[in-house]
Amino acid sequence: MNYINAFWVGGLICVIGQILIDKTKITSARILVLFVVLGCILGGLNIYDKIIDYAGAGACVPLPGFGNLLANGVKEEIDSEGAIGILTGGLKSASAGISAAVIFSLINALIFDPKEK
Amino acid sequence: MKNNFIDKKKYQDTVEKMSPKTNIFLNCFNAFWSGGLICVIGEFITNYFLNLGYEIDVARTFCSVILIFFGVILTGFGVYDKIGKFAGAGSIVPITGFANSVAAPALEFKKEGYIFGVGAKMFLISGPVIVYSTLASVIVGIFYYFSL
Repeated sequence: MNYINAFWVGGLICVIGQILIDKTKITSARILVLFVVLGCILGGLNIYDKIIDYAGAGACVPLPGFGNLLANGVKEEIDSEGAIGILTGGLKSASAGISAAVIFSLINALIFDPKEK
Repeated sequence: MKNNFIDKKKYQDTVEKMSPKTNIFLNCFNAFWSGGLICVIGEFITNYFLNLGYEIDVARTFCSVILIFFGVILTGFGVYDKIGKFAGAGSIVPITGFANSVAAPALEFKKEGYIFGVGAKMFLISGPVIVYSTLASVIVGIFYYFSL
């Protein structure tokens, strides 16, 4: 059941992105920004966690899940550290994803050469 | 002059005829199942780490990191581009798409060197994502702090 919910919710979030790409002039780079920011706002409003409770990775893996992670990080950090958490919480919770993407991409660029298009 | 106008019109008609029609229904279908499939793989990885005894948050972080790893490596092999042509948003919206947005420009600008090529261009697309998500998180934080 978990897998089915993850499949259709995750798929649906991608369809929203596809419709935005096909029907508007929004480029894929802007979709990335839009979805992460949207996830962060929904996380701030305590809405996105409910979607994650239902869909698991179907909500965590798409980009709004990344934004939600930042929102949750900020809240937890404010709870434990006070006002400074406003600045530290977001990127702290995103650090694993950002570090992984940077380090893997760097090694990747060392090993591979650009493919002919 | 009149001839010129007709040619232009003809040209535009031809362009319209020849340019591929975007089949939005088919695009959405492909985005749906390929994006859904990536999430199912994510669910599988998360469950695997849960079964190893990790907390749910840690399991989800492992899941993100592993998906990012595959997003990057598939970009290196030139496979992710091909998936992207087929899957559209199904390959952009999952976290693997974020990984691709870091890895692809890093690789493409390798010839400009490791500082201003790989190092700088790596953030061509992901930079704005980090900037505006940081902004959003700080705004969320301010509201949360003053609502306590």
